[in-house]
Amino acid sequence: MAFPFALSLFPKPFTKMSGNMNLTLKVWRQKNTNDKGKFETYKAENISPDMSFLEMFDVVNERLIVEGKEPIAFDHDCREGICGSCSMYINGRPHGPNNGVTTCQLHMRSFKDGDIIVVEPWRSAAFPVIKDLAVDRSSFDRIQAAGGFISVNTGNAQDANSLPIPKNDADESFAAAACIGCGACVAACKNSSAMLFVGAKVTQFALLPQGKPEATQRVLAMVNQMDAEGFGSCTNTGACSAECPKEISLSVIARMNREYLSAQLFAE
Amino acid sequence: MSKLDSKIPEGPIDQKWTKYKSTIPLVNPANKRHLEVIVVGSGLAGSSAAATLAEMGYSVKVFCFQDSARRAHSIAAQGGINAAKNYQNDGDSVYRLFYDTIKGGDYRAREGNVHRLAEVSGSIIDQCVAQGVPFAREYGGLLSNRSFGGTQVQRTFYAAGQTGQQLLLGAYSGLNRQIGLGNVKMYARHEMLDIVNIDGKCRGIIARDLVTGKLERHFGHAVLLCTGGYGNVFYLSTNAMGSNVTAAWKAHKRGAMFANPCYTQIHPTCIPVSGDHQSKLTLMSESLRNDGRIWVPKKKEDVEAIRAGKKKGSDIPEEDRDYYLERRYPAFGNLVPRDVASRASKERCDAGYGVNKTGEAVYLDFASNMKYKYGKQVATLKGIANPTEAQLTEFGKEVVKEKYGNLFDMYKQITGEDPYEIPMMIYPAVHYTMGGLWVDYNLMTNIEGLYALGEANFSDHGANRLGASALMQGLADGYFVIPYTIGAYLSKEIGTKAIPTDKEEFAKTEQEVQDRINKFFAIKGTKSVDYFHKRLGKIMWEKCGMARNKEGLEWAIAEIQKIREEFWKDVRVPGDANEFNPELEKANRVADFIELGELMCKDALNRNESCGGHFREEFQTEEGEAMRDDENYKYVAAWEMKEVGNWELHKEDLIYENIKIAQRSYK
Ligand SMILES: Cc1cc2nc3c(=O)[nH]c(=O)nc-3n(C[C@H](O)[C@H](O)[C@H](O)COP(=O)(O)OP(=O)(O)OC[C@H]3O[C@@H](n4cnc5c(N)ncnc54)[C@H](O)[C@@H]3O)c2cc1C
Ligand code: SF4
Ligand code: FES
Repeated sequence: MAFPFALSLFPKPFTKMSGNMNLTLKVWRQKNTNDKGKFETYKAENISPDMSFLEMFDVVNERLIVEGKEPIAFDHDCREGICGSCSMYINGRPHGPNNGVTTCQLHMRSFKDGDIIVVEPWRSAAFPVIKDLAVDRSSFDRIQAAGGFISVNTGNAQDANSLPIPKNDADESFAAAACIGCGACVAACKNSSAMLFVGAKVTQFALLPQGKPEATQRVLAMVNQMDAEGFGSCTNTGACSAECPKEISLSVIARMNREYLSAQLFAE
Repeated sequence: MSKLDSKIPEGPIDQKWTKYKSTIPLVNPANKRHLEVIVVGSGLAGSSAAATLAEMGYSVKVFCFQDSARRAHSIAAQGGINAAKNYQNDGDSVYRLFYDTIKGGDYRAREGNVHRLAEVSGSIIDQCVAQGVPFAREYGGLLSNRSFGGTQVQRTFYAAGQTGQQLLLGAYSGLNRQIGLGNVKMYARHEMLDIVNIDGKCRGIIARDLVTGKLERHFGHAVLLCTGGYGNVFYLSTNAMGSNVTAAWKAHKRGAMFANPCYTQIHPTCIPVSGDHQSKLTLMSESLRNDGRIWVPKKKEDVEAIRAGKKKGSDIPEEDRDYYLERRYPAFGNLVPRDVASRASKERCDAGYGVNKTGEAVYLDFASNMKYKYGKQVATLKGIANPTEAQLTEFGKEVVKEKYGNLFDMYKQITGEDPYEIPMMIYPAVHYTMGGLWVDYNLMTNIEGLYALGEANFSDHGANRLGASALMQGLADGYFVIPYTIGAYLSKEIGTKAIPTDKEEFAKTEQEVQDRINKFFAIKGTKSVDYFHKRLGKIMWEKCGMARNKEGLEWAIAEIQKIREEFWKDVRVPGDANEFNPELEKANRVADFIELGELMCKDALNRNESCGGHFREEFQTEEGEAMRDDENYKYVAAWEMKEVGNWELHKEDLIYENIKIAQRSYK
């Protein structure tokens, strides 16, 4: 009997393909939170335009390791633009030159042979550097824990379709919920404001009937926590939304302000 | 008696869970506060379990290696989550979801577990909506559904191509609420590196603070491993870079059995490999198969013209296209299960019809649905009687954008090509692991007090998982199963006081973890961790991937043993242990992957049949379909580690009382 699958015809997962771009990287190196930190220069050679920005870093790190040097530390996980881990400030812009794209989805075809690329961590008092390009964003988690939820215990829910929600509200709520918690908005803002991030969460819930009962406490608690974490205030420059990889709209900030004002009225 | 007691309750299938649930002993609220539960993992399984257990009153600690619980790999799930709601009135039911899952798993899953999964599926959707998960809706305001592979009903709930993100953020919000209330203590950037067993029961873990490098001891009356799947053993997979087997593997090395390690899911629709720099592969959700048709050219000369860049996919006329899934499986067409679709792609590419330079890609084409299904619908809605082709395309694009926008954007980012204009190119890639820690009906491993939930256990998907069922299982385990079943154990533990972590067992285990870390730095070899990981991955993909055979597996086992030896002689881990050190993290994980790889090959070699994702070339029908051997292999293969490289096989027989097992057919 002839087997339709033959061993000799296996796929080749590592097809050779060497790139032809050569770049100079100026990368922020900082040993730990207390270290002062400084820029170091590295060559990135034989880079393919099909590589992602982080794959280019992999190539550089691989060489550093083999040379007995310390590789560059950076956060990353999904490499699909959804987990919000990656956080590089590239040539003066969070997540680099393209709009609506995270660092991990940025590809080297967006650069030219011979380019000099400057890479820094997010800079904000509320995001202390852990090492090199990795920062501590746990302040975002604490804002969520302060009020970013609907209080419903498991098992308490009614049938999902017993509460119809107008499609437009659901879609708008979803658009706000698309925030990946990366912190680029904070890094982009000259005041290190977290309004876009907090506004996105407040908006998601404010648009849904399920979110209404706790709306007042939620917005007050989240905003208070945001202030306590040391994020700056919003002066409406709009850099956050322009640099947000998920293109979260500035309108979430306006909505949060409205919610906050009316919450204060109620609270007093 | 076998060491494996599945503890499936007696009684008719549709009453097992209800009855059992109401007979599990309860723990009174005052006692719950004194019972500590460790949850390792903050994905769908971990977050939902932790939030629910904390709501019930237990003291919970949660660990994850990312910098935030919200970044667990579940965040990346795209397509959707199944539930037997029958909102579409298309004949769905708990029984049908149960049946589809057992059949989809190629009759290698437990009836009892799967029926329970189907029973609780509806409550998951209710819970998520109540939390504010913004699922897709119809104009009437009700929830929308789509189809996934291996089913003929529409039971998949979704939020564009970001379903996992929205579900995880829902579970994460519940978790946060409990953190805020002080019922959960969160340990982000912590990696569990071992479990601590005391007197035959699991009583805690050793974790490394990834920022300071310090090892920590944590006590728990019970430990829940919700640590995800091990697809990254193949190096290239759709999993996140950090996904790993370490937690499960450490438990395995301390006595927990590892079940069906060879059952790997290769997903048919992923973006093909572009070069040797590739660090991971990107999934294009199965939901795309609702609207995309898969094909390759019929003629070799067209294939050559496409590879040479002289023709585009869109240049090939309809009659010269081979819609091979529709041709081979007319009943299910493009919606056959993943294992079947992947092998069919491989078959066409192996026969020389692959459409990119590497010869390893097929088309996933939206043009006809975009224009003639959605474009027409919108034109009709707008009252345009004779729309032009351009209008149809324009209208259709809008609909496709709403359904799959983020996926199309992602494709464009990665490949530089616009899938609205030219068909996507896709190829199968490693995606999910059905195997995992062996658990009983309570989700407890064979070590008392140690549980496994979500992708980390083996329990519900048999030899192949249906699309949109992993999210369902993760949340079922966390929200609706463990909160009940853990009572069976913890109700007996109310008299156990918290064990001080200076006890000998904790100290000894921590020392062993420390020794291994020291060993890494002492090697001072010449090769990076990735070098070994890539080598391992290549072997696994070639010999233990989409198709396997005896000769290849035997070769792979010998080769992996060599890699293990070389790794421990020649790996280079830079930096030191008392700092943030991603290379050390990787070294720890890859060392475990190497041991696991060997076991996967052993398991694949042992299973002299083809079933689901496990395809042995020696066991196939004339048409190239998988040939099961129910007489000899209708069992769960649970492996007990004796020492590294040496395992003993235990078998748990699978009993089918409600479903008649048959050869799977999607024709
Ligand atoms: C790209 C992609 C798309 C998918 N799409 C779908 C879909 O549409 N529908 C569907 O049903 N399924 C889908 N799946 C599968 C599904 O997403 C996963 O099976 C599921 O999310 C796994 O959830 P989990 O909770 O078991 O584990 P994960 O979400 O993987 O979480 C694992 C957790 O464990 C932690 N962890 C692991 N090891 C350790 C350790 N040693 N110490 C401390 N913490 C540790 C991690 O930090 C993380 O928090 C998809 C999978 C992929 C890869
Ligand atoms: S609002 Fe945008 S930039 Fe800010 S955290 Fe969310 S996704 Fe990132
Ligand atoms: S690595 Fe996940 S968003 Fe970039």
